[in-house]
Amino acid sequence: MEVELLEIQDFISQYPPFDELPEDALIEVVKSIEISYQRANTNIVEFKDEINELYMLRSGVVELYRRNGNLYNRLDQGGLFGQMGLLTNNKVRFPAKATKDTLLYCIPGHIFYDLCERFEYFADYVESEDSARLKQAVTNKSEGSDLTTSKVTTLLTREPLILASDTSIQRVAQIMAEEGQSAALINDLKNEQEKHFVGLITEHDLCAKVVASGLSVDNPVSDVMSTDLISLDHNAYISEAMLLMLRNNVHHLPILKKERPIGLIEVSDIVRYESQNSLLFVSSIFQQQSPEDLAQLSNQLKDCFIRMVNEDANSHMVGRAMSEIGRSFKQRLLELAEEKFGPPPIPYCFLALGSMARDEQLLVTDQDNGLILDNNYDPEIHGKYFEELSHFVCDGLDACGYTYCTGDIMATNPEYRKTQMQWEACFGEWIDDPNPKALLNCNIFFDLNGVYGRTKWAEQLNRFILSRTKNNKRFLACLARNALNRKPPLGFFKDFVMENDGRHNNSINLKRRGTAPLADLIRVHALAIGSQSQNSFQRLDDIIEAGILPKSKGADLHHAMELISIVRLRHQALDVESDIEPDNNIEPENMSDLERRYLKDAFLVLSNAQNFLKFRYTANTF
Amino acid sequence: MHNFINKEILNWNAYLQLQARHCKDKRLAEFYQVGTYNDDTPLKDIEFVALDFETTGLDPKQNSIISIGLVPFNLNRVLCSKAKKWYITPQDKLEEESIIIHGITHSDLKGAPDLLRVLGPFLEQIAGKVVVVHYRNIERAFLDLNLRALIDEGVIFPVIDTMQIEAAIQSKQCEGFLNWLKRKKPGSIRLGNSRLRYNLPSYQPHDALTDAIATAELLQAQVLYHYDPETPIKDLWL
Repeated sequence: MEVELLEIQDFISQYPPFDELPEDALIEVVKSIEISYQRANTNIVEFKDEINELYMLRSGVVELYRRNGNLYNRLDQGGLFGQMGLLTNNKVRFPAKATKDTLLYCIPGHIFYDLCERFEYFADYVESEDSARLKQAVTNKSEGSDLTTSKVTTLLTREPLILASDTSIQRVAQIMAEEGQSAALINDLKNEQEKHFVGLITEHDLCAKVVASGLSVDNPVSDVMSTDLISLDHNAYISEAMLLMLRNNVHHLPILKKERPIGLIEVSDIVRYESQNSLLFVSSIFQQQSPEDLAQLSNQLKDCFIRMVNEDANSHMVGRAMSEIGRSFKQRLLELAEEKFGPPPIPYCFLALGSMARDEQLLVTDQDNGLILDNNYDPEIHGKYFEELSHFVCDGLDACGYTYCTGDIMATNPEYRKTQMQWEACFGEWIDDPNPKALLNCNIFFDLNGVYGRTKWAEQLNRFILSRTKNNKRFLACLARNALNRKPPLGFFKDFVMENDGRHNNSINLKRRGTAPLADLIRVHALAIGSQSQNSFQRLDDIIEAGILPKSKGADLHHAMELISIVRLRHQALDVESDIEPDNNIEPENMSDLERRYLKDAFLVLSNAQNFLKFRYTANTF
Repeated sequence: MHNFINKEILNWNAYLQLQARHCKDKRLAEFYQVGTYNDDTPLKDIEFVALDFETTGLDPKQNSIISIGLVPFNLNRVLCSKAKKWYITPQDKLEEESIIIHGITHSDLKGAPDLLRVLGPFLEQIAGKVVVVHYRNIERAFLDLNLRALIDEGVIFPVIDTMQIEAAIQSKQCEGFLNWLKRKKPGSIRLGNSRLRYNLPSYQPHDALTDAIATAELLQAQVLYHYDPETPIKDLWL
């Protein structure tokens, strides 16, 4: 006996993502539903409650809140909630409250996961739709210019190239070359008017299936075109296109409107679109006319950061973009300073130190900087100018959210306004006559990058440093010893961090205990082999190439660094979304089981790498 | 013992046990043997089953049941996964005018079992649960009289009548001198209209299963509005 629950089926089939499900799947959903009536002003789910169901509103109004109590979203008939919790760690992310009498359809988690698994549209909808809403909530006045709120149609610049399936391969290649297109759609002869298409041909196909296999170019294109076609409706978001292409490992995606192709997008279109976005932010930095305007603009930095995190950028991409933005703030402040105090009396180079120099800046960061001055510097004559300039820049950076360095490693400190010769002497002393204590606070000087002015001087200084550090056993041993000061924890449990000595801690600072010791460790190897790179990932590539690490240990370090960084930046993004001041601390109870497990692995890699560092550089030295 | 409409009721559990001993039909005996809840059981601990019949007409002596819809529920959840629906070949003729109401046609009933064939599985679904209907005179009377016609033995069990509850609430709200002056009239207590007062959506009526679900949702709402999950079942069942 098949029970028909037509009333419910008719209802849910009207609303996405159920509207696209085939009938048998729909019936399965309907049969699993539990209905629940909630009176107005009832809390339905609370933050961090265990959640195992997807909720759909049959009638009424439900409001979702952030952790701090601010309204996050308001849903009515057909609205869904709970998918965020189901997709992450089965904890309620946004508490929900019925604000009017509400009738809820509760769909069990196993049905939800099954639908995600079986139906791409469903998965895309529950994953991206919410991040699109999230985006709107975060950016407030979002201009609709990012991947999750922009439609794929914004990427289309021209009609797709459509050729008949009996066209010769050579002719197709000629037309593609003439039109400057890297792919073309192939239509069926019978359906020429209909603009239907049966295949896709790309430059890669021409290379792999024709040239490489020596196929005659006189053959019809239908011999080599791909026919397993994946396409997307023109109403889809750019993020959906990106997901679809990544999942199916394709580089071209036909966009359909009423089943007719209206364009063809490429992976590079999306990359270009995305970089335009961060470029846009950078270019708006240079349009600001005062430190106050810059401070105003810096409020959007968090949105920019969240967008990148939510779009699953890797930590290198995020770090590079954030560092580029940080450098731009410095550069613009220096331009404004020169407008105010007049052109510099002698040439100088403004230095970025530490994470910005390594292209590893995230959201929570203080400023570390310094000045290289021309050797003709005379404190009596020029001192006042550079002091004022430094204060102008550092104050401006502080107002933009790059807080003053607690260790006073800033250009405002006369100690760090040195001439070229003074810097070389200073580094020479650190390197040639090393003592661990003195080196403890100067780690970040070995990651330096010229931001403004005579940036060549920074490169020269770097070369000078490398010429002295390479194979310098005593110096490397000191540096290595310092790199071993911060040990990773032993493991993570549900609600505490297990330390090496058996103590429990409630939270862990992922920068101090994770990415920073990793960067320290990588720096020692990098200086040992004379790598010119500053970024930890690039340094690692150089280190792997130099062959000083045991086999596969380089790749392990790479993964560990990426993993800890990603967890760190995801949690910062979560904090921002919840209107909490982001920091580098994370409590194990806020991690998913998977994160805990991966982090434990990553810390094990760090621990092993520290042992190796100790063995390689400090043995027989002390 | 008095309930909210001031009408004396039986000790249901004792009554069902007594019936178990006296009835002849095996299916009925098994049903009665399961018994029911103690009088003082709070509503929150009760498993209900909402029930609705479609019939060939309004007279239980002349007309018969042609469709049964039921859905188990509790105060928190209506369990669609356990919903059931049967079509039943009527003992009398299916009249044109009733087809207009419930939309069940001869072709729907082609091959449908008669009431006795579904009696076993039906009683199994409601045994031990508290049956909830909207307007008990239909469900209770039709089941009892249709069965008597077939096996010379009826069936009676406690029910909660959401229409009776709504009628009591409506008349209470219209009590008093002021309301008499304002000529406040009790509102409609039909299923759809009752639901509107609790902001429940309107459904297409006259499908036995849809109406059963509608009734279950209505009781959930009525309890939240006018009663308490701790209210004992004896205050509501009839």
